[in-house]
Amino acid sequence: MEARGLEATSPAALPRRLEAPSPRYGEKVIYGLFAACATLSVLTTTAIVISLVVPSIQFFGDVPIGDFLFGTDWGPSFQPPSFGVLPIVVGTLSVTFWGLIFAIPIGLGSAIYLSEYASPRLRKIVKPILEILAGVPTIAFGFFALIFITPQIQKIWPGHFLGGPPLIFSVLAGGLAIGLMIVPIIASISEDAMSAVPSGLREGAYALGATRAKIATKVVFPAALSGIVASVILAISRAIGETMVVLIAVGSTPNLTFSPVQSVQAMTAFIGTTATGDIPTGSTIYKTIFAVALLLFLMTLLMNLLSIRLVRKYRQVYE
Amino acid sequence: MILRKSILAASCCGVLAIGVAACGGSSDDESSASGGGSDVSGLSGSIRVDGSSTVGPLTQAVAEQFSGSNPDVDVTVGQAGTGGGFEKFCVGETAINDASREIEPEEAAICKKNNIPYEGLQVANDALTVVVNPNNPNTCLSVEQLASIWGPDNPASSWSDVEGTDSSFSADIERFGPGTTSGTFDYFTDAINGEEGVQTKDYNNVGENDNQTVTGVEGSEGGIGYFGFSYYEENASQLKALEIKNPDTGKCVAPSEETVRDGSYAPLGRPLFMYPNTDDAAKDPVKGFLTYYLDNVNDIAPSVGFITLTDEQLKKSQDTLASMTG
Amino acid sequence: MAEYDPQTARAQVAMAGARGVTAEVLSNQPRKDVIRNTIFASLLFLAIAIALAGLCLLIGKNLVDGWSRLNLDLITQNNSSIPENAGLRNAIIGTLWIMAFVILMLVPIGVGTAIFLEEYGNRKSRITRLIELNIQNLAGVPSIIYGLLGLAFIARSPLNLGYVILTASLTLTLLVLPVVILASREAIRAVPPSIREGSLALGATKWQTIRRQVLPASIPGIATGVILAISRAIGETAPLIPLGAATFVTFTPGPTTDFTAMPVVIFNWVKQSQPEFQTLAAAGVLLLIALLIVMNSFAIWLRNRYEQTW
Repeated sequence: MEARGLEATSPAALPRRLEAPSPRYGEKVIYGLFAACATLSVLTTTAIVISLVVPSIQFFGDVPIGDFLFGTDWGPSFQPPSFGVLPIVVGTLSVTFWGLIFAIPIGLGSAIYLSEYASPRLRKIVKPILEILAGVPTIAFGFFALIFITPQIQKIWPGHFLGGPPLIFSVLAGGLAIGLMIVPIIASISEDAMSAVPSGLREGAYALGATRAKIATKVVFPAALSGIVASVILAISRAIGETMVVLIAVGSTPNLTFSPVQSVQAMTAFIGTTATGDIPTGSTIYKTIFAVALLLFLMTLLMNLLSIRLVRKYRQVYE
Repeated sequence: MILRKSILAASCCGVLAIGVAACGGSSDDESSASGGGSDVSGLSGSIRVDGSSTVGPLTQAVAEQFSGSNPDVDVTVGQAGTGGGFEKFCVGETAINDASREIEPEEAAICKKNNIPYEGLQVANDALTVVVNPNNPNTCLSVEQLASIWGPDNPASSWSDVEGTDSSFSADIERFGPGTTSGTFDYFTDAINGEEGVQTKDYNNVGENDNQTVTGVEGSEGGIGYFGFSYYEENASQLKALEIKNPDTGKCVAPSEETVRDGSYAPLGRPLFMYPNTDDAAKDPVKGFLTYYLDNVNDIAPSVGFITLTDEQLKKSQDTLASMTG
Repeated sequence: MAEYDPQTARAQVAMAGARGVTAEVLSNQPRKDVIRNTIFASLLFLAIAIALAGLCLLIGKNLVDGWSRLNLDLITQNNSSIPENAGLRNAIIGTLWIMAFVILMLVPIGVGTAIFLEEYGNRKSRITRLIELNIQNLAGVPSIIYGLLGLAFIARSPLNLGYVILTASLTLTLLVLPVVILASREAIRAVPPSIREGSLALGATKWQTIRRQVLPASIPGIATGVILAISRAIGETAPLIPLGAATFVTFTPGPTTDFTAMPVVIFNWVKQSQPEFQTLAAAGVLLLIALLIVMNSFAIWLRNRYEQTW
């Protein structure tokens, strides 16, 4: 026995092959299954692109792309129809803008407080609450905007200021609700970015006698900047793609305006209102929906790619 | 930590309870179907109805009662809109289409092309009500005046611009109306502006949520809006319904059950229809459902804010149904 | 804690900041800093307070409005045109059916993709990076576009399933797949290489290693991801709208019937003329929020309890 063992390990006597004794077809099958799962994601993207692009190409055969992108009159189901998409793009961007005005200070403020100031006990309370906020369904935000935010705006808003008085729908109502919705995105990703800043930097600044406020603003914040910006871009992308809030609280009137208290229509709201149930595949309205959806997809795609690059850049620093 | 655990435990029990209650609650909804007769008939199958969001609630109410006495029939009621519903109906995806207007020639052509035979049955009446803010002193408008407010070219921007209205009232006009996919929109634009789909774009589009018209007109001095009668009935204390000057008689007529039934509330008194697929209607369960519908619609309609059929209209519908079912 | 490399851009920015701080501190600023700092800290605290207040207002307003309908009827009654008789029962069952199918499809596909990327994928290969990029993009696509995808390809040709529960489930699965994939990858990645290498050294095949060592260890993380994904899917209304979710059915939904779901019914209630439906909508929204809080808490508890440290 021992002799055999010694023989086997001496370099000259190693005729063994190191591959598996059987072809292990099972392993290959398993590999194939997993690969198939993974390709589903690529298939999904392809399917989305095809489902959006094909009707859009047909659409641009009927409606010149210049009219679509730069026209200011949106009325595809009126007689005669008009296809200038700017009002609903501006609608989407207005709502997003007001959402950010609310969410960036609140989200960043919360993030800085949580990472620099908060006691562990406070963190234990606040973090779960932010997670709850992140889990609230969008229809709840839309309903909240309708039954609470809009009446409050109507009470507070001074008359005809900036295009008022606010009526039943307003950009601001939807914007504030969406702002509340995206606060957790900005807060948690920024907070992660700030926590990842090595504590050695903070400690060094403390040792020099700096105050917490200075450290937060001059050391931690710049160091975490790319993560913070990534979180904001992600939040923008989420706000642009939001449907229920705008559908319920911002309205269906394609109004090209920058006033915060008028009713506008967002791109997602247009899709949601028009694509209810069945629309015949060849009709103009079908193609219009998909053209708008393609534009929406491209906008969010751009934001997402940007955010991914930024996250990669800030992650690389530590890996 | 302990607090968290106990919250978690309580909530888990809650979720479990919800699931059990939902699954086990089937015996309760028998009692909610009232007056429909308690004998269980032998009808079974499934019926898909879609179409107008105005007629939808009526069909839902009837279907609810119907399923009380016919539990083996599955009825689905969608509200994709009159036009959207016809598109589904004319490719055979639904058995019945609810419609707040008559079928259009283009839609009829598609049905013909796909060999879908149909008939229109009037099931109720509705008063398309024009409402204004309670502070508005005007009480009656004619079709021409309405057209000057809602027309596509140069609509009036303040109440003093509208000819023949109370000159003391000069608030800015604020329009509220449904979206362009709505049958109500189609009917109103056709009756007032002469052609479906033709209307000024300068209005607050409330989409499918007519409640917003209520809120909007209520909150706006110069507000004006239109919707089905049920939305006015539910909110009569907050709004003022305008009388419409009948184009034939010249008299101002207020919307009400009587004026719609006797036809004096014109042109905004509108019939509400169902369009069944004739092939489906010839057999059960659709036949049974439609028979039940017409037998009971006049009892059910008022409870969901609709105006009943006159005896003549009911008889006509029942005769049409009889001819379909053979 | 990461190693501190003085050459990276981040480090240089941070050092510049530290330098600036030092300069300021050493230049004898007056003590009005104390006031400024207190104001700063209070503003930050105010930010958190506003966020919390927002959540409380949201829940509180719905509580106040929906209070009278927050009883068992909400769950045991089917939807109805008459508000007193209306409830969420068949909507809840529809949602449950949809979620059952979503879980059935989500777990194998999500975990399978994660395993492929972590175990079989080569970090550098183009295919792996393409798949990763795809997943990250899909995570950011607006939910209504998934609805249009379902309308175009699942309800109609080539899958031609029609407008049934399975269609809704497939669409929602695609929507939340990135969540599960991400969580599963994290969980699988957390298993140390030594475990895998030990198993392989003992003669196990790759699949045996995964099945017996890696997967069991990553189940808590995967479960967390699945629960978070499901809780996201339950609350989504937008993708169901183009799929024609029925707002009213007289029957209890099943796998091949027309479907209805909680968020769709609630959305429909908001549009009804009777004011009692607004109360119902508020109660329904509360039910949804409560459900989601329970699920999220459960997921977090699961993660905290079973987190394995190696």
